Amino acid sequence: MAASGAGGARAGGGAWFSALALGVTFLKCLLIPAYHSTDFEVHRNWLAITHSLPISQWYYESTSEWTLDYPPFFAWFEYVLSHVAKYVDEEMLNVRHLNYFSSRTLLFQRFSVIFTDALFVYAVHECCKCIDGKRASKELTETPTFILSVLLLWNFGLLIVDHIHFQYNGFLFGLMLLSIARLFQKRPMEGAFLFATLLHFKHIYLYVAPAYGVYLLRSYCFISNKPDGSVQWSSFSFVRVFSLGLIVFLVSAFSLGPFLALNQLPQLFSRLFPFKRGLCHAYWAPNFWALYNAVDKALSVIGLELNLLDPNKIPKAAMTSGLVQQFEHTVLPSVTPLATLICTLIAMLPSVFCLWFKPQGPRGFLRCLVLCALSAFMFGWHVHEKAVLLAVLPMSLLSVEKAGDASIFLILTTTGHYSLFPLLFTAPELPIKILLMLLFTIYSVFSLKTLFRKEKALLNWTETLYLLGLVPLEVCCELLFPLTSWKLKYPFVPLLLTSGYCAVGIAYAWLRLCCSVLLGHPGGGKTKRN
Amino acid sequence: MEKWYWMIVVVLMGLTVRWAVSLNSYSGAGKPPMFGDYEAQRHWQEVTYNLPIKQWYFNSSDNNLQYWGLDYPPLTAYHSFLCAYVAKFINPDWIALHVSRGYESQEHKLFMRTTVLIADLLIYIPAVVLYCCCLKEISIKKKVANALCILLYPGLILIDYGHFQYNSVSLGFALWGVLGVSCDWDLLGSLAFCLAINYKQMELYHSLPFFCFLLGKCFKKGLKGKGCVLLMKLVCIVVASFTLCWLPFFTEWEQTLQVLRRLFPVDRGLFEDKVANVWCSFNIFLKIKDILPRHIQIIISFCFTFLSLLPACIKLTLQPSPKGFKFTLVSCALSFFLFSFQVHEKSILLVSLPVCLVLNEIPFMATWFLLVSTFSMLPLLLKDELLMPSVVTMMAFFVACTTFFPVFGKTSEEELKLKSFCISFLTSVTTMLLLTLMTVTLDPPRKLPDLFSVLVCFISCMNFLFFLVYFNIIIMWDSKHGRSQKKIN
Repeated sequence: MAASGAGGARAGGGAWFSALALGVTFLKCLLIPAYHSTDFEVHRNWLAITHSLPISQWYYESTSEWTLDYPPFFAWFEYVLSHVAKYVDEEMLNVRHLNYFSSRTLLFQRFSVIFTDALFVYAVHECCKCIDGKRASKELTETPTFILSVLLLWNFGLLIVDHIHFQYNGFLFGLMLLSIARLFQKRPMEGAFLFATLLHFKHIYLYVAPAYGVYLLRSYCFISNKPDGSVQWSSFSFVRVFSLGLIVFLVSAFSLGPFLALNQLPQLFSRLFPFKRGLCHAYWAPNFWALYNAVDKALSVIGLELNLLDPNKIPKAAMTSGLVQQFEHTVLPSVTPLATLICTLIAMLPSVFCLWFKPQGPRGFLRCLVLCALSAFMFGWHVHEKAVLLAVLPMSLLSVEKAGDASIFLILTTTGHYSLFPLLFTAPELPIKILLMLLFTIYSVFSLKTLFRKEKALLNWTETLYLLGLVPLEVCCELLFPLTSWKLKYPFVPLLLTSGYCAVGIAYAWLRLCCSVLLGHPGGGKTKRN
Repeated sequence: MEKWYWMIVVVLMGLTVRWAVSLNSYSGAGKPPMFGDYEAQRHWQEVTYNLPIKQWYFNSSDNNLQYWGLDYPPLTAYHSFLCAYVAKFINPDWIALHVSRGYESQEHKLFMRTTVLIADLLIYIPAVVLYCCCLKEISIKKKVANALCILLYPGLILIDYGHFQYNSVSLGFALWGVLGVSCDWDLLGSLAFCLAINYKQMELYHSLPFFCFLLGKCFKKGLKGKGCVLLMKLVCIVVASFTLCWLPFFTEWEQTLQVLRRLFPVDRGLFEDKVANVWCSFNIFLKIKDILPRHIQIIISFCFTFLSLLPACIKLTLQPSPKGFKFTLVSCALSFFLFSFQVHEKSILLVSLPVCLVLNEIPFMATWFLLVSTFSMLPLLLKDELLMPSVVTMMAFFVACTTFFPVFGKTSEEELKLKSFCISFLTSVTTMLLLTLMTVTLDPPRKLPDLFSVLVCFISCMNFLFFLVYFNIIIMWDSKHGRSQKKIN
């Protein structure tokens, strides 16, 4: 927009990128006084723990209910932050000051998120370099790099989870996107290092570790392929395997070493992987188990009506009451953590196999990564709805290159973002989340449509109707429902409807993505070894 | 048109910024006994809903005019009545007579902020969008960029959604007026402008350019033929709209007088509080407010105001053109702001709106002016604890304008002018930054407690005087330039 003509667009250079980055930063600053969730207190507590207690106490401290449950690198990150925090407001660093709040604390915490987002901005900049500029048109706003920058920098999910709800996903996704970019730029050692570091910041990224593992093994450790594209076993490079292993080992040693020395690893792992929590979070993430629960509930209701079930045998605690406990299903078989793990692995298998047998370079890896993230979201144990961002953000990179991917991206993103609505349940934030959602959705739909205008329509009638159906759903859940008498009797109904409706969309996106991986995308020239 | 979705994106962005600013505090929050403009608006809802129309502007036991008495024209009163009607459905406690004084709650704040948003969405924002779409000889992308910059103007957002007022209604109507008159829908434009005046009497600052432009058009069409017809129609429209708005108050002469007394409080003096105009700045050196008698003050202010705006208005009457009209709006409103009687700092918005309209013609100077105009309201914004949104919106506006209006793509002649202004611009911005920093971090000396606000007003006033000269030069120069161009052609 800065100047017309291709020359102007090139000469404008990074100006538009800086403008986009600055613009979203200003918006983040304006959101400082907005609602923040208990995650705010969580991080304040972690600042206090890491600042005032010795390392040996970090994973044992439990004065507050919000115990440290992220890997050690994140604890070190909070430790570094706490040293800045002490100049802002020392009171927040006292472990006993539960739910401590002051305007300086708020400013400090919010600005720490905004500041660390710089890594995310840098990662987006690197990702833009990896995008195929074949479709570059004279219009700056119709180039894939511009669209990708907006889709990533102004991502609705990231904005509301990080800058309203309060979390530190920005720089973590920055690490992930940077590692992806390095793999694209044929710097796999850096990519591996960045990913290993990321794992020790937040272990949720284990979901996508299979993609990294298989890709690096197949495409980096085997130096060349046979002419038909299959594995040439003789080209296996021990040096490369060894160096990758060394990187991972060193990073892990750096992270877990101190706790190994203190014999605290079991405690650490019990904090990181709390399997005592239930199959579903308090609010059901829109995954397969949400549909499973819904079907089970429906069948049990039908069964009771038709007197096929004995009312005495049904457990009293209803899963829909929203408490985080272990439940049993009434009609369908109960689900154990092991069962979900097996389901997840089976769901990931096709993409991983394709990555092994039909490697298609970094783009194939990215596709596999998205599919792993989405499969883990669909079948994982105690999945948070925020985990959908793990699939949405990398998918943005794919969406600006192929029309098929753009189509899947639109469905995944819109439903995924809508499923985040229940995170912001306060009235003043209602207009913000609706406006930002409309902003992002309208922009993504129309910019991708413009980018792929020469191909067939991105969304067919059913898909469009499904997405438009989100509007009446929102009106019913947030505007009409609170005014009815059902609000007190069945408070969970809006959450149930939201999660159920979105689960359908996300499952559909997952299926389409599976098909696109299994059937192989007819992208020309991508099967060559990169 | 493929690009229409960009306009929707821009509007959504504008709305998001507005609502994000509204999350902050409002004027007089938690400050009994008088509170602030927010309480004034709530009080007007209470008064207009509970009392009969005849008592709205009169002092009585039920309506104490000392406590935020109505001092805007009837349309504001009707708007308050409408809002009160809705408030009654949601929570009658908000507007209960006497009892609801000083009522503050999260739900009430949400309600009030929503009323501002709805008014904005219905009146101001469509006007801006339509205005930008009707701009001639520029690409669609530039129209969208123009709309974004106008919608991001910090002054209006901070006052309406922060401090709490309904300027977007009167400015929106004025903009509809400008649009109508520029596109030759003179009757509709006049009607819209009459509605603007009947919403806030400060819109009279814009009335002279409207009058001169329409008169000029009538002259051009020939006073003996179509021009006369147009003139008659305009007179009818103005009289009809005023009559309609003031109908309940025209029944008795006393009613009309009382409303006029409330609208134009000539007893109050040359200026009140600190404002970035000439009289307040002059008062620093020579206390004219105390030395000169009231009627002399009025005469002096009248003379200065009209002397400074006369050239531009005469030119507009003789050579009516939409471009000249917009610039005359700027210079006229600025003259009134600088020299008129009882000016409030928020009145700078009346100058900012026309400057927004000429953003695409002189982007550099317009951006500079708009930044200074927001800065001039700094003491008010700081009192309302709006420092963070002020700074952020000003920076965002600056970044948007510099991204979308490349300054150095113009002819060499203008480049020369701009380069000489660059230094002044940098000086001005640095001074503003320094002063903001000082006001926020330092405490003023005990002998001069108002030091920083006075400095802000003084520096803004100097900037405004410079702009007054600049805009008048542009208006006068334009004709010569235009005439010489025609001669060449």
